Amino acid sequence: MDDIVLRAEGVVSGYVPDLPILKGVDMAVRRASVTVIIGPNGAGKSTLVKTIAGLVPLSAGHIAHDGVEIGGIRPDRLAAQGIAYVPQMDNIFRTLTIRQNLDLALRHAGADAAARLEELYTRFPPLAEKRNDRAGALSGGQRQFLAVAMALATRPSLILMDEPSAGLSPKAAQEVLECARGLTAQGVTILLVEQNVKQALRLADHCYILAEGRNQLDGSAADLLSDPVVGEIYLGARRKGAA
Amino acid sequence: MIQNLADGILVGSVLSLGAIGLTLVMHMLRFANFSHAELLSIGAYAALVFDGVFAAILPPLADRIGPLSMTWALVLALVVAVAVTGASALVIDRLVFRRVRAKGSELSMVFASFGVAMIVRNVTGLVFGLGTQLYSKDIVFAVVVSRDPMLLIKPDQVFVLVATLLVMVALHLVLSRTTLGFALRAVAENPVLAQVNGVNLARMIALVWVVGGGLAAIAGVFYGLTNQISPMIGRDLVLPVFAATIVGGIGSVYGAALGGFIVGIAANVALAVLPSGYSPSVPFLIILAVLLVRPNGLFGEARA
Repeated sequence: MDDIVLRAEGVVSGYVPDLPILKGVDMAVRRASVTVIIGPNGAGKSTLVKTIAGLVPLSAGHIAHDGVEIGGIRPDRLAAQGIAYVPQMDNIFRTLTIRQNLDLALRHAGADAAARLEELYTRFPPLAEKRNDRAGALSGGQRQFLAVAMALATRPSLILMDEPSAGLSPKAAQEVLECARGLTAQGVTILLVEQNVKQALRLADHCYILAEGRNQLDGSAADLLSDPVVGEIYLGARRKGAA
Repeated sequence: MIQNLADGILVGSVLSLGAIGLTLVMHMLRFANFSHAELLSIGAYAALVFDGVFAAILPPLADRIGPLSMTWALVLALVVAVAVTGASALVIDRLVFRRVRAKGSELSMVFASFGVAMIVRNVTGLVFGLGTQLYSKDIVFAVVVSRDPMLLIKPDQVFVLVATLLVMVALHLVLSRTTLGFALRAVAENPVLAQVNGVNLARMIALVWVVGGGLAAIAGVFYGLTNQISPMIGRDLVLPVFAATIVGGIGSVYGAALGGFIVGIAANVALAVLPSGYSPSVPFLIILAVLLVRPNGLFGEARA
């Protein structure tokens, strides 16, 4: 099997026709790795994962998952392709209980659903404890774990995560990112957008930097972490005097 | 007074069924559908037509059921009316609302719904005439439940109330116990997230129209059974049904059910207290009172 799980070539997309946000992005994501997308606000990071997830129309270019073209896929068919998407914020159903959220995610699992539910409860004990509570009552970190659990319900080979640490305490953010890292040990590939660049680069294998809807730089996370230019722009080094 | 309360509970049950459908549509499609009450009218007339058809085809079906004025033919006609009205709601969505949704704003949808209401009301009048009609011309005497205070209840009214409660319980079970119910609630709360969790949005929207239409048909037939059928059913019920929906909180099925009873009871009890001309204002006073205290309605949640 090809080592590349997800390949994007010349991706052009945007919310409004003729006003592309992504202007030709290329990307190759390795199997069982953590790849992080960083870049300034408005670079198109979230738009890229939303385009892969089928939530933003693809106007040019190709996106392939395990060699199968998925560009312009309908979002509700994503799971059938082995891809899960965890949106930023509002990524659980607040008015449903935790159990109902998971049941919904497991809807197409058929006879396997009960076993998978137990598996998810074992992996995330706080969710098992609060299974009959409304999901809206969970703390920020627990909500992210529920969102990850819902993503795992379909046994995806690739999980797209849009800023999983947004709005979390540093400790909770670290836990969520470590959880994502841990999934790669089971062969799951993680592609995530992160604002928390330093933390993300420490966990990631590979990193893409986008700017103004184009690739700016990419390389191994360790290299970029020690790159002085990247350090200055994205990691806040020598930024004390800047406005 | 006690009579007004009983009448109010009955009217309330009809309003509740209408409001449940409306709250689902309003929550999921995010627009105030002023044509929803016309679906009650479509349901009432569809049942009238099929009641006649079934009674003509199989005369024994035209026998009354026990003490009710309802016949077996009408029961069958009600089932058909549910299907017809659900289908009508779906067709209206395909012809009008889906197109407006693709291009226009929520406000365009609201205006489109006024247009749909006008068309449905006037076509109904054109086909069936503007006069009132009844499912049964037999006179069913009310049963005197109590003489002091005076309380008269018709068997039909008891049937309508019990049937309404059963429909509500059934809906509650679907929404709280089945993954289809979770999917419907998920789409109402967050359509994008529902989609990435494998829910087919187009199919759920269609389902909501069918369910909303079906409930409206039941409400329409029950209204016709205890009142009269006229093309003005929609016009007369649109505001109370809206009041029930808003009082309950948009998106809350339980709120809509309770809102229906609150509005029905308040409007009828007001008859005993206020001059009858003021009765139609009562639903609005209830809306104002509830929104002052709870801006999202009794069971509504603030929208993200």
